Amino acid sequence: MKPTLYITSSPHVFDGDSVSKIMWTVSAALLPSALWGFYLFGLPALAVTALCVAFSAIFEAVAQKLRGREVTIEDGSAVLTGLLLAMNLPAAAPWWLCVFGAATAVLLGKQVFGGLGHNPFNPALVARVVMLISFPVEMTDWTVSSGVLADAVTAATPLGEAKTFLMSPERGQLPQVALMDLFIGMRPGSIGETSTLLLLLGAAVLYVRRIITLDIPLGFIAALLAVTIPAYMLAPDKYLSPQLHLMTGGLMLGAFFMATDMVTSPLNGKGRLVFGIGCGLITAIIRLWGGYPEGVSFSILLMNSTVPLIDRYTKPRKFGFVPVKKGGEA
Amino acid sequence: MGKKLFRGGVHPHDEKERTASLPVVDAGLPERLFLPVSQHIGAPAKPIVTKGDKVLGGQVVAEAAGFVSVPIHASTSGTVRSVAPYAHPLGAEQLAIEIEVDGEDTFVEAEGPMEPIADPFNHDPNEIKTRILAAGIVGMGGATFPTHVKLSPPPEIGIDTIILNGVECEPFLTADHRLMLDRPDDIINGLKVILAIFGLDSGFIGIEKNKPDPIALMQDKAASLGGVEVKPLEVRYPQGAEKQLIHAISGRDVPSAALPMAVGTVVQNVATAVAIWEAVTQGKPLTSRICTVTGDGVKEPKNLLIRTGTPIGYLIEQCGGLTDDIAKVIMGGPMMGLSQYTLDVPSTKGTSGLLCLPASQVRTEPQKSCISCGRCVSSCPMGLSPTTIYNFIDADRVAEADEWDTLDCIECASCSYVCPAGIPLVQYIRYAKGRVLARRRQLGT
Repeated sequence: MKPTLYITSSPHVFDGDSVSKIMWTVSAALLPSALWGFYLFGLPALAVTALCVAFSAIFEAVAQKLRGREVTIEDGSAVLTGLLLAMNLPAAAPWWLCVFGAATAVLLGKQVFGGLGHNPFNPALVARVVMLISFPVEMTDWTVSSGVLADAVTAATPLGEAKTFLMSPERGQLPQVALMDLFIGMRPGSIGETSTLLLLLGAAVLYVRRIITLDIPLGFIAALLAVTIPAYMLAPDKYLSPQLHLMTGGLMLGAFFMATDMVTSPLNGKGRLVFGIGCGLITAIIRLWGGYPEGVSFSILLMNSTVPLIDRYTKPRKFGFVPVKKGGEA
Repeated sequence: MGKKLFRGGVHPHDEKERTASLPVVDAGLPERLFLPVSQHIGAPAKPIVTKGDKVLGGQVVAEAAGFVSVPIHASTSGTVRSVAPYAHPLGAEQLAIEIEVDGEDTFVEAEGPMEPIADPFNHDPNEIKTRILAAGIVGMGGATFPTHVKLSPPPEIGIDTIILNGVECEPFLTADHRLMLDRPDDIINGLKVILAIFGLDSGFIGIEKNKPDPIALMQDKAASLGGVEVKPLEVRYPQGAEKQLIHAISGRDVPSAALPMAVGTVVQNVATAVAIWEAVTQGKPLTSRICTVTGDGVKEPKNLLIRTGTPIGYLIEQCGGLTDDIAKVIMGGPMMGLSQYTLDVPSTKGTSGLLCLPASQVRTEPQKSCISCGRCVSSCPMGLSPTTIYNFIDADRVAEADEWDTLDCIECASCSYVCPAGIPLVQYIRYAKGRVLARRRQLGT
C-alpha cells in the first residue's frame, strides 16, 4: 500500500513554541504577584481578578462569534488581558467597573482592530486609561477593607502622596516608606503592582523562556533614572528618591509585563531599546511634572503609537550591507 | 583572520545520533534507474541516448547544454527503456532517462577525455576544469551548482581563499560526517586540486564542533598532508550556508547580492572535493554519493552509498521500509529539504539525505496571526525582518517587500522554525522573491 504523504514547504521541524504557550506562560509568571495581591488586599482583590479574567474571556468569545471567527479562548490571550487589567486595578474597584474594563480592553482595545496580533495598543492599558479618565474616583480608591493591609495604612499610594505634596506642599509631605517594604510589596496600590520582588521573579521566568528581552525594561528603567536621579539630587526635599520611583506605582509591572507585550512593541532590539527609553522618559515627566501621580500607563500607550515608526527607522542592518560612501562609491 | 559567529540563526536538535556512528553501506542496484536531465542549477542536460540503447556505467547519457550545465552519466550498465517526463524531487515531472539495470554493473574505461591525470597538482588548470565539467560534478551540499562554473571566476577577480564545507548543519544528516571519516585523504587531495587551479598553497575546511571525530581525524591528516587548516566552528544553524561559513572562517562579509568570489573566496562541499579527486585521478564521473536515510519514520536509519537516479522507495526498502505512521518523506534535511509526494522520485547528485517523519512529528495546525514577537528578526542570519516582508507581500505591496531586502533571503527557514504563530514565513518570502523579480523585470531594472 502506498503511504499517504504530507507535502509542505520547508522547514519540517520547529522549535515547538506557540502563541498559546507564550500567553499562558505570561499569565503563570504573573501569578505570584496576583497571589500576593490577594494576600495584601483580601477577597475583593480575588473578586476583581476573577471578574476581569472571566469577562475578558466572555467578551472575546462573543466578539469572535459576532465576527464569524473561530473562538480562541484557549490560546490564553483574553485571559492574559483580563489578568493584566486586574493587576492594574485597585482591589476596591466595583464589579461593574471590572465588567466595563474587560469590555473596553477586549472589544475596544483588541477585537475592533481584528483580534490578537492586530491591536496597536496594549488592550489592558487602553481599558485602564479609559477607566481612569471616566471613573477617577473609583479608580483611585485605595481603601483596603480586608487582607493584611486592612488597618495598616492610609488610603494613599506613595506616588499619590508625593504628587499631592508637589502640587500643594502645605497639604502634605513627601512619603516616608521603608525600602524593604516596597521591595517585598507591603504597600497599597493596584492589585498586581506592589511586590517588586515577585514581579522580578516573574520577569526572570519570561526572560529565561525568551518571551521578553531586556532591552525594553532596561531602557525604561534607565531613562526613568536618568531623569529622577538629577531631579532628586537637585531638590531632595521636593522629589521622591530614585529608589522610590523604581519600586512604587506600576513601574515594575509596566516595564516587565506591559511594555514588553510582543504585539505592541517593536520587532527588533534597537527599536525595543528606543521604545523602552521613550516609556521611561514619559513616565518620569508625568510623575515629576504632570497632572497625574503615575505615568506608566500613559507612557506605554503613547509609545505604542510610535511602534510602526520605530520599526520603520530601526530596520535591521542586513548581512553584507555595504554602506554607500559620500560621492556614490560603495 | 578572526573566527566570528554570524548573527541570528537557530539551534535545532541535531538528531544525528541515529546514524553518526553507522558506516556507509552500499545500497546496491535497483531494477530501474531514472536519471533526470535536470540535477543541477542551470540548463537541463540534453539526452543523447534513445529507447533501446545499451549503456555502460559512466557513459554520458545527456550532455551539458550551455556553460551553466553539466552532463549526466549512467550510474550503472543496462538498457535505456524510455526518455520521458518522470517524477522529480522538485515536484513537477521532468525529463528523465529510464535505465533497466542489467546487474553486470560494467563501467566504461576511463580514457580519452576522462583519462586519469598523472600529476593533478601541476596540471593545466583549464584542463582540470574541463575534466570537472566532463565528470558532471556539481555542488554536492544540496545546491547542485555546476562546480566548473564556481571554479571559473572572471580573470580580473583574484581568489585567495578556498574553503571546504564540512559543516553539515542540517539536523539528521550525517553523509558528510561519514565521508570525512572514511576519506579524509581524498578530501584534502581534492582541496589541493582546487588550490592548484588558483595557484594557492593552503585552504580551509570548516566543521561544526558537534562532529569531534572528523575534526580530530582531519586535523591529523592536515598535519601530515599539509595544505589545509581545519576550522572547528560553533554549532548553529545555518553555519553551513556559504556566506555564514565565509564569515566564520575569514571574517569577510560577502556583500549583499554578490557571490563569494566578490571577497576572493570559493566554497566547495567536502563531497564535491572527493568527486573532483576521483574525476581527475581516476577518470570517474559523478554517478554515486552518500545519502543518509533517517528519521523516526524509517525502520533502520542508515548511511547509504547510492547510485544517482535510484528511486527513493528502493533506498527506503534498504532501510527496512517506512513505519506505519509515516507522514512525510523529505529529500534533504528538515530545514531546507523538499517533502516528496511519491516514493518513485529518483535521487540526484544533490541527495544528501532522506528524512522520514512519522505523523507525531509533523505539524499540521493552521497558521495564526503574527504577534510581532520579533523572533524571526533575531533568528535571521541575513539580518532581514521576515515578518515585515510577509506583511508587505500578504498585502500585495511588492515595492516595499523589495525595499526590505526580500532578495537577500537565503531561504534557510530559521524564521519559520522559530515562529510561534506557525506562519510559513520562508515560503511567503520565496513567493515575495518571485513577485519582486517580476516587478524589477517590468521596471527594467
